[in-house]
Amino acid sequence: MSLDVEGVRKDFPILERKVGDGRQLVYLDSAASSQKPRQVIDAMTDYYERHHSNVHRGVHALAEEATALYEGARDKVAAFINAPDRSEVIFTKNSSEALNLVASVLGWAGEPYGLGPGDRVVITQMEHHSNIVPWQLTTQRSGAELAWLNLTDDGRLDLSNLEQVIDEHTKVVSVVHVSNILGTVNPLDVIVRRAHDVGAIVVVDASQSAPHIPLDVQALGADFVAFTGHKMLGPTGIGVLWGRAELLNELPPFLGGGEMVGTVTMEGSTYAPIPHKYEAGTMPIAEAVGLGAAVDYLNALGMENVAAHEHEIVEYALQRLKSVEGLRIIGPQSAEAHGAAISFTLEVAGLGEIHPHDVGQVLDEQGIAVRVGQHCARPVCVRYGVPATTRASFSVYTTKAEIDVLVEGLEHVKRFFGA
Amino acid sequence: MYQEIILDHYRHPHHKGLRDEFGAEVHHVNPTCGDEVTLRVHLTDPRRGEDAMVRDVSYESAGCSISQASASVMADLVIGKSVGEALKVGDAFLELMQSKGAAEGDEDVLEDAVAFAGVSKFPARVKCALLSWMAFKDASAQALAADAVRQTKEDGQ
Repeated sequence: MSLDVEGVRKDFPILERKVGDGRQLVYLDSAASSQKPRQVIDAMTDYYERHHSNVHRGVHALAEEATALYEGARDKVAAFINAPDRSEVIFTKNSSEALNLVASVLGWAGEPYGLGPGDRVVITQMEHHSNIVPWQLTTQRSGAELAWLNLTDDGRLDLSNLEQVIDEHTKVVSVVHVSNILGTVNPLDVIVRRAHDVGAIVVVDASQSAPHIPLDVQALGADFVAFTGHKMLGPTGIGVLWGRAELLNELPPFLGGGEMVGTVTMEGSTYAPIPHKYEAGTMPIAEAVGLGAAVDYLNALGMENVAAHEHEIVEYALQRLKSVEGLRIIGPQSAEAHGAAISFTLEVAGLGEIHPHDVGQVLDEQGIAVRVGQHCARPVCVRYGVPATTRASFSVYTTKAEIDVLVEGLEHVKRFFGA
Repeated sequence: MYQEIILDHYRHPHHKGLRDEFGAEVHHVNPTCGDEVTLRVHLTDPRRGEDAMVRDVSYESAGCSISQASASVMADLVIGKSVGEALKVGDAFLELMQSKGAAEGDEDVLEDAVAFAGVSKFPARVKCALLSWMAFKDASAQALAADAVRQTKEDGQ
């Protein structure tokens, strides 16, 4: 079974929008945030109209319904990523919070997990800022050393010095599954194997893979996996950290507050079992319900079908974009191991490179939404010597016709600025 | 937003390039889009303070059409004016950029810079238009300050 894109598009009310002077919206910015199907919007509305209360606290009917919906969303997410146990699924605000959680508690932990002088944390040059800055903070505070894998000229991780970078002092390796700027799908198996050989904990930023390819945390072999709801057809304000139960049980809490405790005295507290140990205060309940509905929606489409559809779009887009004179793709040139995002720069004869902000603005005038800038991945821009890029990114509702509109739009950009 | 005047200045910028005579040099960046400008201000008789004349503004820049064109228009506008007059034009431009599309700008004061009125409707691009103006303000203040220090030293001798 393949994806019925036209049928899918009917589920996304926003895709009917006109922008500017009545142009049909062509939304190619799903890597920044995907659009939401009616099923997700309805689930959240229904929750607020019929079931809302705080969770885990009341004995009344609404409290029990809200709790069942919130915990039901956890079950759905656990099944979606093939988690061995539902208690290993922690709800967070987004991927950034999930990664900050891991980085913080590893910084605070005692032996054997805690970071200190002489220990090493390894990331990569391809990371989103949200998988760089938390590790800078935690290594600066703990005295551990931060090291990273570099990039090859063709937009892949340079694994030639993998064994030197992930050395025997390495305690944590945190790596992105699919690059948000380059679209590169990383060979995690090789990295996980090396990291585990030296006894390091592996953290995977799956923000750009969870929405697009089947995600199986057991097959991945990582110790922590972070992703966010709003990029996978769900609402903003809800993210997920999956972690191995034995680690989550032993590591210290992150935020303190209501619901994450066992017994509180004025002198000290005991903590709730996972997952609630890591969910302090009233959580984004409606957003969790919305994420559960998004998972249902993706499951109904079938993640294999989603992946196949998006691969076809990426293959087509790469081929069409390469036909645009003056366009340079930043990142892997082939569709092999290429996620649903393509970055590029655009040059016009006589003028040189058209700044991505100008490209994006003139595309916007034609109803085409792309992302321009450094995509929260400045080190990647520096690596490839570009101040910024234009990025087109895709989702379940992206069509080949929209790629054609983009290509025509880029030709218009060149005519517009060309002198 | 992309008035023909803006595109003209973008394709054929005025006063671009760094020249050797200058009282102060600054480097300003717009981190959201990576626009950069290195700008030099050369004043005639800086001891006159804000009455000193802007003899030259020279710059090297990289970035989007709005930031490039704005630097060119700014240099046109401030060269030949006193520092005080130039800063007043800068204030008028800042006001236009903060108008959210409501103002048209006084063409007698702003000349080609009124073409940027449309940019004020795009909050993400306002910083691009203001980059070189902020650099000029900074550089002219530094040029005056540097001269004041020099005078104090001379007076002390």
